[in-house]
Amino acid sequence: MRSPILQSATKYLLPILLLFSFFLLLRGHYYPGGGFVGGLVASIAFVLHSFANGTEATMKILRRKPLSLIPMGLGISATSLTAPMLFGLPPMTGLWFEQSIPVIGMIGSSLFFDLGVYLVVIGVILTILFTISLNNITEKD
Amino acid sequence: MIDNHILAPVFIHLFSAILQLVAWRKTVTQRFISVGGSFLGLMLAIRLFTKVYNNGILTMNASNWEAPFGIVFVADLLSVTLVLLTSIAGFAVSIFSSTGLNRQRMLYGYFPIFHFLLMGLNGAFLTGDIFNLYVWFEVIIISSFVLMTLGGRKAQLEGAVKYMAMNILASTFFLTGIGILYGITGTLNMADLSIKITQVQNQYLVGITACFFLIGFGIKSAVFPLYYWLPSSYHTPPSAVAATFGGLLTKVGIYAIIRIFSLIFVLDSFTQNLLMGMAIFTVITGALGALIKTNIRRLFSYLIVCHIGFMVGGIAMFTKVALMGTIFYLIHDIVVKTNMFLIAGVIRQLRGTMDMKSLGGIYAEYPKISLLIALVLFSLVGIPPLSGFWPKIYLFQEAFTQQQYAFAIALIIGSFVTMYVIAKMWSEVFWKDVPKDVEVENKFEPLPLIRKILLILPVGILAIVTLYIGLNAETIVQLVDKISDQLINTQPYVEAVLGKQN
Amino acid sequence: MELLLIVLLGLLYAAGVYMILRRSMVKLLLGIMLLGSGTNILIFLLGGITKGKPPVIDENAKLFQDAFADPIPQALILTAIVISFGLTAFAIVLLKRVYALVNSDDLDDLNTPEEEDI
Repeated sequence: MRSPILQSATKYLLPILLLFSFFLLLRGHYYPGGGFVGGLVASIAFVLHSFANGTEATMKILRRKPLSLIPMGLGISATSLTAPMLFGLPPMTGLWFEQSIPVIGMIGSSLFFDLGVYLVVIGVILTILFTISLNNITEKD
Repeated sequence: MIDNHILAPVFIHLFSAILQLVAWRKTVTQRFISVGGSFLGLMLAIRLFTKVYNNGILTMNASNWEAPFGIVFVADLLSVTLVLLTSIAGFAVSIFSSTGLNRQRMLYGYFPIFHFLLMGLNGAFLTGDIFNLYVWFEVIIISSFVLMTLGGRKAQLEGAVKYMAMNILASTFFLTGIGILYGITGTLNMADLSIKITQVQNQYLVGITACFFLIGFGIKSAVFPLYYWLPSSYHTPPSAVAATFGGLLTKVGIYAIIRIFSLIFVLDSFTQNLLMGMAIFTVITGALGALIKTNIRRLFSYLIVCHIGFMVGGIAMFTKVALMGTIFYLIHDIVVKTNMFLIAGVIRQLRGTMDMKSLGGIYAEYPKISLLIALVLFSLVGIPPLSGFWPKIYLFQEAFTQQQYAFAIALIIGSFVTMYVIAKMWSEVFWKDVPKDVEVENKFEPLPLIRKILLILPVGILAIVTLYIGLNAETIVQLVDKISDQLINTQPYVEAVLGKQN
Repeated sequence: MELLLIVLLGLLYAAGVYMILRRSMVKLLLGIMLLGSGTNILIFLLGGITKGKPPVIDENAKLFQDAFADPIPQALILTAIVISFGLTAFAIVLLKRVYALVNSDDLDDLNTPEEEDI
């Protein structure tokens, strides 16, 4: 069942949702939002695309397996968790750069932790959904 | 005392898991990372242990939030001892699984998940926050689900369904308990809870909460009415996985029971009798189950249940001597039970089966390996001066002083059945000739020498640890003595976390 | 509001226990999920419900001026939801595989004698 309305809507919704997810990720430290929610929104964008165009098409625009996002995200998160130990602080303490950067604002280790969570969430959710939906296809055949 | 590095054994496993995920499907690289990571973890655990043994309790406030507001990690002697044992067992299993596992399972991510499991175990032992304990438990059970189902054989998946259902249920009970506890005290920090719980007016509610925790941890540690998932699932995964599960997973439940009832709840006579009844029935039903099984690993599963009862009984008495016995038994049990399942894996490599009816003749063919295995079996039975003997003395002694004669009888029955079962297994597997109509499928002989060594080495390492515990019992008794002091008098723990109380 | 949630909580627990006691695997999973939701609501309730007072300090003030909603139960529930999401996803895949192998939804059929193939 392919609906042309959904397909053309997804064409515009995908970039907008991805942008919105990134926005949620960046504002996460002081306001509602954060890596987890951002990751959910981003993965929903891809799920919507896969509803409209089929799972294979989504895998094609992702280029690489979503599974490879998990070690990347975990690596970024774990590094930002343990980085404070190098400065003699307990793990998970926020480290902040002195100057703030325009548009993004203050950058600290918690942003990198959130970024890692964002990537892990996208990786995990897409892996699970692709596994379930691809299995269905093989079973139908 | 604050020490920012007590989480190092957790992080080392996290990083080795991440590196292995990067090396997805490169099984040789993963094996090297796994053995290297576990070795580093062992070194860090030894370092942490000596630090805590010499300097007393260490704490760490995560993200610099002061207790009781943030999550606090506490390394007291019980925690670091268990972290050390986990690291030893993890190191041995890691070496064993680098050869004793088929490649198909490694391709689907056995090694990273194994390290996540070790990370979860270390985290659960080190945390000082009850909700954080829940989170580590979930890390453990999610990893164990994956390990249990890897390979996807029919029997394995069937075992996994039971395992999954019971463990999720246990987590739900645990979470409900946490919810009520937070509702009545308003804190999650265990040290803080131990102070605030005495100020709660409605002590009946506290008792009910204790029962929630008891059921949750009881399912996880497989005590009497709640253990049925264990024998029906532990014989299904590969031996390396079963070794980790049998040696460590149920012991986390025991650890949690000890921690909760020493620190937060006070054992009243009702809970004490309940625990004692559970312990007696656990020993007896586990022993009865072990008597009738002919498959080695099923037999070991029932022995796990049986010996869990010893520890629960020790907790139920909750005197210093009883706790010394319990913790000594815990130390002995982790090492030996891990080794038992590794031995089952070795036997399977030697003969291609794990059913006692079609096994035999191993002693004639491999006398050296058999003697090594015999050492482990004897120490499981508790033949003096091996490690299983010492804790039982303490438990017996205390059962008589406390006039818990039923528990003393259960202890005797449990020990005798263990001896009988192991003797039966020895004669069936090692002494008896191979039955005539059975075709032996020896996978061990064609292996190259290095892989043979890698299969036997972990059994040897754990056997040496067992020997050390048994022959050097005085050191262990001193350690156990200190640990039970810390458990009975929780003042130092609370002061280490919250600072001096006035 | 509290009373409504308490009734809902009771219903969720009752339905969850009922479903777990059925023999179907899918119902078992549904029961576990219902119990999990019940527990989350329990934590929410026991944390004390405060309406319309987010735990965010006013920009001019340094301290909380009046009663505020306790953020910890919400953090606990969020964590519990994430965990149960992972568990449920895994359980669904597992049950699907089991169904494909055993070709039955009945928990009583999960007793294949052990085959030696490890």
